[in-house]
Amino acid sequence: MNSTLRKLLGRLPLGWLQLSYNRTRLFSAIAGVTFANVLVFVQLGILGALNGSSIAPYTLFNADILVSASDSNTLSDGGNIARQFMFESSSVPGVKKGTALYIGQMEWQQSESASATLQVFGINPLSSDFTTPALAPLMHLLIDENRAVIDRRTRGIDSNVFNTVSRTDALAMEFNGVTVSAVGLLDVGSGFTADGTMMVSDQTFLRLFRHRQSGAPDHILLHIDEGVSVDVVVNRLRSVLPGATVKVNSYSDAIEADLNFQTTERPTGIIFGFGVMIGIVVGVIIVYQVLATDVTSHLKEYATFKAMGYPHTFFIGVVFEEALILAVLGFVPALVIATLIYIGLGSATGLPIEMSIVRAVLVFLGTLAACSISGAIATSRLASADPADLF
Amino acid sequence: MSSTSAIIVTELNHWFGQGEARKQAIFDVNLKIKTGSLTVLMGPSGSGKTTVLTLMGCLRDIQNGQVELLGYKLFDSSQHDKDSIRRRLGFIFQAHNLHASLSATENVLMGLQVHGAGRIAQQTKAAVHILDLLGLGDRTDYLPENLSGGQKQRVAIARALVANPQIVFADEPTAALDKESGISVVKMLKTLGSSRGTTTVMVTHDNRILDMADRIIVLEDGRVVSDTLKTE
Ligand SMILES: Nc1ncnc2c1ncn2[C@@H]1O[C@H](COP(=O)(O)OP(=O)(O)OP(=O)(O)O)[C@@H](O)[C@H]1O
Ligand SMILES: [Mg+2]
Repeated sequence: MNSTLRKLLGRLPLGWLQLSYNRTRLFSAIAGVTFANVLVFVQLGILGALNGSSIAPYTLFNADILVSASDSNTLSDGGNIARQFMFESSSVPGVKKGTALYIGQMEWQQSESASATLQVFGINPLSSDFTTPALAPLMHLLIDENRAVIDRRTRGIDSNVFNTVSRTDALAMEFNGVTVSAVGLLDVGSGFTADGTMMVSDQTFLRLFRHRQSGAPDHILLHIDEGVSVDVVVNRLRSVLPGATVKVNSYSDAIEADLNFQTTERPTGIIFGFGVMIGIVVGVIIVYQVLATDVTSHLKEYATFKAMGYPHTFFIGVVFEEALILAVLGFVPALVIATLIYIGLGSATGLPIEMSIVRAVLVFLGTLAACSISGAIATSRLASADPADLF
Repeated sequence: MSSTSAIIVTELNHWFGQGEARKQAIFDVNLKIKTGSLTVLMGPSGSGKTTVLTLMGCLRDIQNGQVELLGYKLFDSSQHDKDSIRRRLGFIFQAHNLHASLSATENVLMGLQVHGAGRIAQQTKAAVHILDLLGLGDRTDYLPENLSGGQKQRVAIARALVANPQIVFADEPTAALDKESGISVVKMLKTLGSSRGTTTVMVTHDNRILDMADRIIVLEDGRVVSDTLKTE
C-alpha cells in the first residue's frame, strides 16, 4: 500500500501514513463512514422501493397517452372519468384507438390464515395490444367469465400456491361470494398500498365491483398513429377535452408525475425523502468530525510543513488523499452490509428493494465529495494562521 | 559574496494582542546580517528573541517595518512568494514537531520533497546520509515515539539542513542535546557557513556556542541593547 501510493503520488503518502498510524482511530473513522453510507443506502433503498412499486403497475400496460380525471395523481387515487371521453378522443386526428381501464382494490382471503389486498385491473380482453408483450398472450383467457391473471409475487401468500397455476389447473379465488379462476400469472410484486395485482376483463371487474359502472372507468389508455408525435396529439386532446375534469398526459409523463407526486406530496414519500436527507446530514457530520479531528490533531506538524514552504495545496492534497482512502474503505463494507439489509428487508416486506449500480455510484461520489469538502474546510484554519502561532 | 547581507531588518516593530490587550513586543529593530555568518541572539526570557527570529524567518506576518531576506522584501508579500522564500530557509525550533507517523528518514524526506518530487531512491540516500552525519545512522527507520528527546531534535536538524538552506534560523536548537552533540551541531552549521555561505541566526544561552559566534546581539524588552561583532 505504502510504496504503491508513493509511486502514484510521487511523494510520501502522508495521508495514508497519517491514517494508518493510529489503527484504532482509522477503524473507528472507517466505521463512521460505513455507518453513514449504510444509513443513506437504507433510506434510498426504501425510497427506491416506493418509487419502484408505484411505477410497477404501469409496466403492465402499453400505451402512448393516459387520460384521467383531473384530480388523479396516481393510478389509483382520483375520481372516475366518463367513458364518453374515450369516444371523443378517438376522433381526434392522430389517435388510433383507446380502451378503458378500471381499477379497484379487493381483499383476497386465500386460506384461514392467509389474506392479501389485491389491486385489480379490469380491461377489455380484446385490447391485448394495450398490455405488455408478456401479458398480451394471456388476455384471451380472460374473455370467459370470471377469469383472472394473478400476481405470482403476492405478499402474504405462500408462493407454492401459484406454482401450478395454468389454464388447465386454475386457482379458485373467492371474492364476496364470486368465484374467480386464476388461469395465468403476472409479475408485479407488492407495494405500499397493495400486496399484489390481479388482472381481469372489464366485465369480470364490474361483477366483482358491483357499485362500479362500465361508463365510468378510472383511466383511458390511448394509442396514437404511427409517425405522429405524442406531444402533438396530447396538445390536440387537451384543446378538445374539458381541462377542468380531464387530464391528458403522455404515458411516460404520467409515470413521472406519479413518481413526483408520491415522493413530494404523499406522507410516505416525504418521510422517506426526509430520511434520505437525515442520512446525508448525519453522514456529512460524521465524515466532517473524522477529518476535522485528524487535521486538528496534526496542526503543529502541518504548521511546521508550512514553515518549510509547503503550499496550501499540499495540505488540501493530503486531506483529499485521506478523504479518498476513507471513502473507499468505508464504502466497500457499507455496500456489502446495505445489500444484505436490502435482501432482508425485501424478503420481509416483498418490496422491490434492490441495490442498483447508479445508486452505489451516487452514494460513493457523495461520500467522496462530503469527505473532500469536510477536509478542505478543516484545513482552512491552517491557511489563515501564521505558522509561528501554531507551533 | 561575503560582504553582502543575507538579512536586512529596518525599523521593525511588532505588537501582540488586540484592543486593550495590545502590547508592543518589538521596538525599532535595525539589523544587517552578513551572508555566511553565525549570529547569536541573546537576552532574558520574554525579551523578544523568538519574535524577532520568526519575523525574520517569514513565519509571522510583518506589521510594521521591513525585512529583506536574500534580496526579497517580506512586508506585504504574497502567500506564493512566502512559500517560495521559505523553501530557501531552514528552521530548527525547540518544538521540533516531527510528524509522528513518519520515520526519521521520512521526516527528513519532507525537507527535500518540498522542492519537488525527484527520485525517491536518491532523496532517501541524501536523507540517510545527513542522519548519519548527525549520529543517527542506526535510527533511520525509527518512528519519533521510539527516539529520545535529543535524537528527535537531531532529526529536526537533519530535516532543516538536508536541502541546503541559504539561511538557518534556530531557536535554542541545542537545548535538548547533551553538550557534546550540541557543540557538534553548531560546528556543522559553522562549516556550512564557510563552505557554502549558509547564514545562521541562532537563539542560545550556551556559552560555548557564544565562543563560536561571529556576532552577538542582545535584546532586552524588545530592543537591541548590545551588538558585538567578533573578529577572529
Ligand atoms: N503569541 C503571542 N501572543 C501574545 N504575546 C506574545 C506572543 N508571543 C510572544 N509574546 C510576548 O512577546 C514578548 C516576547 O516574547 P518572545 O517569545 O519573543 O520572548 P523570548 O525572548 O523568545 O523569550 P524566551 O527566552 O522565554 O523564549 C513576551 O512579552 C511575550 O509574552
Ligand atoms: Mg523564545
